[in-house]
Amino acid sequence: MDASLDLLLNALISGLLLGGFYAAVSIGVAISFGLLDVVNIAHPAFILLGSYVAFLGNTVLGIDPILAALIAMPAFYFLGMLAYQVYYVAFERRDDQSLRGLSFFFGLLFITEVALVLVFGVDYRTVQARYIGATISLGLFDLPLRLLVPFLVSMAMVTVLQLFLSRTFIGRAIQAVAQDQLALRLMAANPIKIKRIAFGLSIATASLAGAFLIIIQPVEPSIGREYIGRVFAICVLGGLGSFPGMVIAAMTLGIAESLTATFFGPSWAPAVAFGILLVTLAVRPSGILGR
Amino acid sequence: MASLVDKTAASGVLPGLRGLPFVLVLIAIAAVIFATGRWLGSSYAFFVGYVVLQYIVLGTAWNILGGYTGYVNFGVTAFFAIGAYSTVVLNKLVPAMPLPVMILIGGAMAGLVGLGTGYLTLRLRGVFFSIATLALAVVVQTLITNWDFVGGARGAYVLRPRIAPLIGGEYVQYLFLIMLGLCVIVLATARAIERSALGYGFAAIRDDEAAAEASGVPTLRLKLIATGLSGGFMGMAGAPLPFYVTYLDPASGFSLNYAVNAIAMPLIGGTSSWLGPVVGAILVGGLQEYLRVTISSAVNVLVAGVLMVAFVILAPQGIVGLFQRKKR
Repeated sequence: MDASLDLLLNALISGLLLGGFYAAVSIGVAISFGLLDVVNIAHPAFILLGSYVAFLGNTVLGIDPILAALIAMPAFYFLGMLAYQVYYVAFERRDDQSLRGLSFFFGLLFITEVALVLVFGVDYRTVQARYIGATISLGLFDLPLRLLVPFLVSMAMVTVLQLFLSRTFIGRAIQAVAQDQLALRLMAANPIKIKRIAFGLSIATASLAGAFLIIIQPVEPSIGREYIGRVFAICVLGGLGSFPGMVIAAMTLGIAESLTATFFGPSWAPAVAFGILLVTLAVRPSGILGR
Repeated sequence: MASLVDKTAASGVLPGLRGLPFVLVLIAIAAVIFATGRWLGSSYAFFVGYVVLQYIVLGTAWNILGGYTGYVNFGVTAFFAIGAYSTVVLNKLVPAMPLPVMILIGGAMAGLVGLGTGYLTLRLRGVFFSIATLALAVVVQTLITNWDFVGGARGAYVLRPRIAPLIGGEYVQYLFLIMLGLCVIVLATARAIERSALGYGFAAIRDDEAAAEASGVPTLRLKLIATGLSGGFMGMAGAPLPFYVTYLDPASGFSLNYAVNAIAMPLIGGTSSWLGPVVGAILVGGLQEYLRVTISSAVNVLVAGVLMVAFVILAPQGIVGLFQRKKR
């Protein structure tokens, strides 16, 4: 009894920490899908790209993976602006987002994955840092630093982005762009430019999320796909476009997966996200904190 | 408008007869293809031909939902693998069961999963259905990986009979013939849908779902029909796979290649008619085989993705669309 209570407590804690990481993975989609209505299913591919950038920075230059991700962030920002520009010209302007726009992102996802396989092969890659492998023991439960560090940095990133969206002019414009483009024009802001900036931001978060991913687990090119279900389950459950809702949803999924992995085996964990997604879509499509 | 009404009425009165010449022509073409293959006598030709035919079935199946109604199914691998794994199960339980029966059962299973997913998500905006299908592929893979009866993560071996039943010769010829038959069925169905009231209903959903609903088109029922048909045909395309590869594991059965090819081929060929997926499958399938032989197998999977992105950006109507525009 005591042992299983211990197990439960540790599963809860690691699920909570995992949820913090999931928030970093999902915040990009919360921006692109939730605020801009751009269904970027290729987001996990950008995250994986971030993992490999962190891997290169760590193995070639010998720097901390999170630092490498921060350095690479501007490049990801411009990559995102470029991707949105192509999407806007080819699909949004032609009002053809649903079939071909979705296929465009699906193609991007696939091309990135195959390109990563061609460059890095299908071997699992890992990074080195002092906090990987260490744990803080607090008597009843353990805090693995491998999960704690991404959790803390992720929460900081979510807070900064939330403040940016609510306190700055551009941030408020991003929140407005999905609701009323005409009103935004009247405020002398170009909706396309605002959307380009926001999409750049959403891809920039993938750089950090990618570094977290390779800190938490070894990475190979096809694991990005597992995150599609997770990311969208979190965004839908959280209520599209709401950051606090997204964080709550991310922690819920993290805990649910952690409990599943502890009590049924880790190979069942990927199915949890789909279950949550389906139930949410069937019962409450607007999510827990939906507008 | 009048001609549209006439067409719908005519197809309602004589649905079978109007499509009959087309089906006969298809069967004749299929017979010629098979006779040529027999005359060549090369098992390589049969192995390559099978893959192209499989993609014609998969691409057309995807197009019935994606091209006609505009709902994007990314979970092709889920339906395809349900068909393949139902064959693995049936082959273990009843080794004597003939392949066509397995195909029917596999198709029915996949169709039911399609109906279920559609029922839960098709009331919402189209993107939610697309996202659900993406997640569905992961979940079905998780289930299969954890199911020891079909080999779990280790995979399952299936013994391919040495001699083809009924027609004699190598077994791959039988597989080829079966896939050829599936092609005829799927293409005839797709064309019949295009020219029936069902097809006009699908097109109405694609063009403006709210307007279609308002004018009395039973949108949810039509979408469910499309999802069930599409998923069922994908399952049927997957059912013979275990005999073709003889070893099936979750990583290869759920390879993203199937999904990308099944989506890329209709988009490249053109989504508006039954001919598009056929053109796309022959072109892309042939090109992939050529690249696999001449360059490498890693590059050939990249081709479908790159071509798909290029086509959706530069030629949204596909190859068939390019020619139609020239004719006008």
